[in-house]
Amino acid sequence: KSCSHFKCVGEEDWVDSRTIYIGHKQPPPGTEAFIQQRFPDNRIVSSKYTFWNFIPKNMFEQFRRVANFYFLIIFLVQLIIDTPTSPITSGLPLFFVITVTAIKQGYEDWLRHKADNAVNQCPVHVVQHGKVVRKQSRKIRVGDIVCVKENESFPCDLILLSSSRDEGTCYVTTASLDGESSHKTYFAVQDTKAYNTEKEVDSIHATIECEQPQPDLYKFVGRINIYMDNEPVARPLGSENLLLRGATLKNTEYIYAVAIYTGMETKMALNYQSKSQKRSAVEKSMNAYLVVYLCILISKALINTVLKYVWQADPNRDEPWYNQRTETERQRHVLIRAFTDFLAFMVLFNYIIPVSMYVTVEMQKFLGSYFIMWDDEMLDEELGERAVVNTSDLNEELGQVEYVFTDKTGTLTENNMEFIECCVDGHVYVPHAICNGQVMRGAAGMDMIDTSPGPEARHEELFFRALCLCHTVQVKEEETVDGIKHGIHQGKSTSFYISSSPDEVALVEGMKRLGFTYLRLKDSHMEILNREDEIERFELLEVLTFDSVRRRMSVIVRATGELFLFCKGADSSIFPRIISGKVDQVRARVENNAVEGLRTLCVAYRPLSPEQYEEVCHLLSGAKLALQDRDKRLAEAYELIEKDLILLGATAVEDRLQEKAADTIESLHKAGMKVWVLTGDKMETAAATCYASKLFRRNTQILELTTKRTEEQSLHDVLFDLSRTVLRHHGGMTRDTFSGCRRAMLSNGAAAESSGADILRHLTGIVKLIKASKEHPITLAVGDGANDVSMILEAHVGIGIMGKEGRQAARNSDYAIPKFKHLKKMLLVHGHYYYIRISELVQYFFYKNVCFIFPQFLYQFFCGFSQQPLYDTAYLTLYNISFTSLPILLYSLIEQHINMDILKKDPSLYKDIAKNSLLRWPIFIYWTILGVYDAIVMFFGAYFLFDNTTFTSNGQMFGNWTFGTLVFTVLVFTVTFKLALDTHYWTWINHFVIWGSLIFFVVFSLLWGGIIWPFLNYQRMYYVFMQMLSSGPAWLSIILLITAGLLPDVVKKVIWRALWPTTTERIQSVNFSVCLQCSFTSNSNVSHSLCLCCHSSIKDSNHKSSVWFNMMILQAQHHARCLESSRISL
Amino acid sequence: MMASSYNAKEEDGHPSGASNHGGAGATKSRKPDNTAFKQQRLPAWQPILTAGTVLPAFFVIGLIFIPIGIGLYVTSNNIKEFEIDYTGVEISSPCYSCAKNFSSNNTTPCLCFVEFTLEQPFESNVFMYYGLSNFYQNHRRYVKSRDDRQLNGDLSALTEPSKECEPYRKSNGLPIAPCGAIANSLFNDTLELYHIDANGSRNIIPLVKKGIAWWTDKHVKFRNPGGNSNLSAVFHDTTKPENWRKPVYELDTSDPDNNGFINEDFIVWMRTAALPTFRKLYRIIQKKSSTTPTLPSGRYILNITYNYPVLSFDGRKRMILSTISWMGGKNPFLGIAYITVGSICFFLGVVLLIIHHKYDTRNNSSADIPN
Repeated sequence: KSCSHFKCVGEEDWVDSRTIYIGHKQPPPGTEAFIQQRFPDNRIVSSKYTFWNFIPKNMFEQFRRVANFYFLIIFLVQLIIDTPTSPITSGLPLFFVITVTAIKQGYEDWLRHKADNAVNQCPVHVVQHGKVVRKQSRKIRVGDIVCVKENESFPCDLILLSSSRDEGTCYVTTASLDGESSHKTYFAVQDTKAYNTEKEVDSIHATIECEQPQPDLYKFVGRINIYMDNEPVARPLGSENLLLRGATLKNTEYIYAVAIYTGMETKMALNYQSKSQKRSAVEKSMNAYLVVYLCILISKALINTVLKYVWQADPNRDEPWYNQRTETERQRHVLIRAFTDFLAFMVLFNYIIPVSMYVTVEMQKFLGSYFIMWDDEMLDEELGERAVVNTSDLNEELGQVEYVFTDKTGTLTENNMEFIECCVDGHVYVPHAICNGQVMRGAAGMDMIDTSPGPEARHEELFFRALCLCHTVQVKEEETVDGIKHGIHQGKSTSFYISSSPDEVALVEGMKRLGFTYLRLKDSHMEILNREDEIERFELLEVLTFDSVRRRMSVIVRATGELFLFCKGADSSIFPRIISGKVDQVRARVENNAVEGLRTLCVAYRPLSPEQYEEVCHLLSGAKLALQDRDKRLAEAYELIEKDLILLGATAVEDRLQEKAADTIESLHKAGMKVWVLTGDKMETAAATCYASKLFRRNTQILELTTKRTEEQSLHDVLFDLSRTVLRHHGGMTRDTFSGCRRAMLSNGAAAESSGADILRHLTGIVKLIKASKEHPITLAVGDGANDVSMILEAHVGIGIMGKEGRQAARNSDYAIPKFKHLKKMLLVHGHYYYIRISELVQYFFYKNVCFIFPQFLYQFFCGFSQQPLYDTAYLTLYNISFTSLPILLYSLIEQHINMDILKKDPSLYKDIAKNSLLRWPIFIYWTILGVYDAIVMFFGAYFLFDNTTFTSNGQMFGNWTFGTLVFTVLVFTVTFKLALDTHYWTWINHFVIWGSLIFFVVFSLLWGGIIWPFLNYQRMYYVFMQMLSSGPAWLSIILLITAGLLPDVVKKVIWRALWPTTTERIQSVNFSVCLQCSFTSNSNVSHSLCLCCHSSIKDSNHKSSVWFNMMILQAQHHARCLESSRISL
Repeated sequence: MMASSYNAKEEDGHPSGASNHGGAGATKSRKPDNTAFKQQRLPAWQPILTAGTVLPAFFVIGLIFIPIGIGLYVTSNNIKEFEIDYTGVEISSPCYSCAKNFSSNNTTPCLCFVEFTLEQPFESNVFMYYGLSNFYQNHRRYVKSRDDRQLNGDLSALTEPSKECEPYRKSNGLPIAPCGAIANSLFNDTLELYHIDANGSRNIIPLVKKGIAWWTDKHVKFRNPGGNSNLSAVFHDTTKPENWRKPVYELDTSDPDNNGFINEDFIVWMRTAALPTFRKLYRIIQKKSSTTPTLPSGRYILNITYNYPVLSFDGRKRMILSTISWMGGKNPFLGIAYITVGSICFFLGVVLLIIHHKYDTRNNSSADIPN
């Protein structure tokens, strides 16, 4: 069972390993050189900054963003050269953005510092010289022996040496790591489990060799060399010996363990690393637009620079007598002058790419995500859970989904398994008392439906025992009361089973109902209460754990001298290994069950002779001791052990569909999404589920991807041509399909991952394949288990279901929802809204800045290309920050172009926004042209008004600042009204913000021009605004120009709506007209029923007319009462 | 940037949600808007722009704009305006020699006379403007070349003018007051207007030089350092702008309230024009009696002291006489624009009416079916 120190397998491959001397004791001389390796202390540093490096580091990180860097450059240019606008205009917004971000990040980091300190200073118990000493957590070093008491959490990653329990086990909950609250059992090293006092444990003389830390929570390989009497004994260490930092000790009084990974090297700390950033399609469009605008900016600056030099070729234009240059300016080289002029133009026009857009987009995403979390319709009453937003960057991507990949178990289905039947050699057993998955007391009998003579009694016995033994279920004992532990007494206690796999629980409970109760695992013996109320004891020798590649698990037990290997697993993984048994009958039953949508498992056994067992032991221990490639070796060993099986029978477990899963899938279909169910189930099971969930219709053409058909080309065709295809992973063909996918991926030019026929990678591969296809569709992955994480991470949007298989998926997802049905609202309502909102936000931002900057560009033609700004500095600075920022931010938070109930009822509306339709180039160009048109109207309107005449009643003249102020006033009003025209959902907040920001503009202008500001060097705006308002024609022209500016957009909208309405617009106007019709006909009696219908159809929708509807109801009730009373009187 | 704060957010979301539920009626009645807001179910007005709803607006706009436009157009046409270019480009023009022989060193001013005839009498107050063309008062270098502190009477700025004034900041070591390019290029032609009687004698027309600048400029923005008295002492340590013939405190020696920085001609000039062709108010001819027109039709002579060179940059100088209505000077643009926009609205209204009748009903009926 053990291997000598020097002969362990895989030793030659140890490159990345570490040696830990338990208790810092040197190994006996001669065995190995004592090399004390240096390890970090147990300090956890989750904070990014220190007090000293905060400012430089934070600044550096912020300016690494392209946008911030761009604005910094503009700001610096303004500082260095003589530019038309003061550095304040771009410096102030930038400073504001940077400061707010820095404060936020600084605060978060301060919180992290506080948390770190609390963790690092919390007291722990360390064994030193045979005594338990209290220490601060951060002072633990690798090799220290730590004592942890019940309900304490582990301060670092530890190898369990001994525990207060005799069998050397301890129970641990890893809720804070992966959300699984079940108690997991961990095992002490067999040779040290007896050392369970501090004195004894201090006398252990051993070294541990293990791999260097890696982030995978569930993987660990190592080896302990124990020097007893100077003769080293090596034992394998696995993840079952490793206690992870962050986990909590439960139901165990105390343990002793040795620290192996400390501080930032613990697996928990390694898992801090952030996920890769996902970018949404909108963000990509936005970046593309930015590039366009950058080009526009540069070309504008270039055009103006060139024109300037053409224009001022005449020296009397360049330097007329009234406007001379300074001497230093004159001496500058013409090229330098041209370059600074170019930069000055850039600065003048730089507002076309506003700082505030980034801030607004981020605020929109951040604040907008609260609506998902607040949504009561996505609250699960049972779990008490709400939807969680882990990344608000992808809100709008929820409105763009084209492919939905969903896991089946736990996502589509309840993952609430219920044992339905079992079949032994073709004879079917059904527990007759089934009541919602709970066992009815005293009814633990069994029925034999099949009347034919029972199967071979031995097979039946073995089958039930196999199911009772071949699992990893734990019996949850009652909580300790006053130190006395209540065990299970004759199956009467309220104990229940816990397992990471609900199937196993269902099976064990099913067995209980059939008369075989699994009691507990004690001293490596499993106890079973059989039908005759006798306790049978089996010695558990080996557990060949389940994995998703083998898709089976086995146990080796010893019962009264006999040795058995019991194996249970998917039919595809069992049948090829069967050498005898009634394969045909069982197979028929399995297939029958699978068609009904039941999950089936096959059970087989193999009697082992002691010699065979020896061989098995040898194989297993060899593999287990390997440090390198242990998994591969183990898999090979399992392959060799699980063979020559004798088939016993099969089981069937039902997993019901989640409520409204079918409805949700149907809605997603109608919304134009392609739903793929990815499952490891049998093909027939999957198909049955798909029919039940309306994924398949009766007329759906089902294309089965089998090994033969995964030719590169056919796969390629199949994937892109067939919309309703479900790809099933038939266990046997996994590898082939995967390689097919890989080849297809390669042909698509996508990077291929390292091979490995792992089903996780397989799912990821499919997602990747779809992502990389020509149309680059947006993919969404839904899953609930740890096995879906890779898929969730790979898809554009990953959604985790807070299911029973732990929180892994929810933690790694972008959004987590309590139930699958919530996906409908998430996509159809929230996704749709966010997309509409952000696309308007992006388009509007560019539009309003074109309106803003284009007049300045035009003005250059009338001021000798001298970079004279049209607007005052205050206006330049505040335009994007305050005059026009809040209305669009609010719009992008609460706009609802259609009621959410209609969005839910009519999923086809989702198609209207598919393929990023609101951010396509034609629409972008339309907005830009609209902006240019508005700018031209505003500029030339003011131009002709000012053209060589006066428009005051006292004959006085206005100057250039009045000109700019007039344009600016028209601009602010036009741009705000444009948004008002686009708003479909006017709450009081909209009114407040839209009218409020206009009023703010007016008040600010009055104030800004009303005082001689002592801190300003110039008083150019003094009374300019008021003088302008004192002139009648100025008012008239403001009204005229606003009207003229808005006219084309209104006309375009109205005509398009009338001639080529989109589905959305149709629905909008139907709603609108229904309401109107109702209100118009409200007098006639006949219309009551109709109007009440309307009411119910748009119930809860917050029409302004809902008040009216209420009145209608009252009226109807009144009528009814009248009728009743008249009847009575009759 | 926002990625790190989700935990806090998550915690925020939960208690608030819990309170909404736990509190049930109590919290709901107390904060109905808040919950409605969180559920995105705030009561709202949901207008939709359809042909039907927009139609009336278009007709109304048309019906309002067209009369306004006509009114504006008529008003503008009733304004009398007379303009005369006295630059002296052609040989035939009276100021040709002045323009040609101009040099800044001339100590004796060059005089010229332009004769013109007003066909129609100018009733009510007449405003006399000078106009310049191709003069870039809105050039950036020019616009910023001033020191508002100095003009506001700040003594420190008087002796140490702002850097923006370069190269018109100091002269021979002495600070220039008022500094800067704008002040330096102050328009300094003198215009006088004579009416020629039926018997041929010249009658000078009194020109009022006050009330041509903004009241706020004259009284708040522009101030003489140390009050309006004893200006020469205050400006002792400064020098006049290079192009000026006399220092700032001699701009109008007759009236201390119109001298120094608060000289209205100076203030008018300091308000930089928006466009390269501009006019500035020069004098006001006030109506004397209600019976006789301010400027009766007939022959007039404009007496020009030609000091201001514009030919070097292809500029033009004009003198404009104009009456003023409530909407200012003659400008047909606004009226025409109103009529145009009003007509377009009206026309679009008709088009939309047709579209509405033809399509909207059809759409509604077809869209009703799926519902």
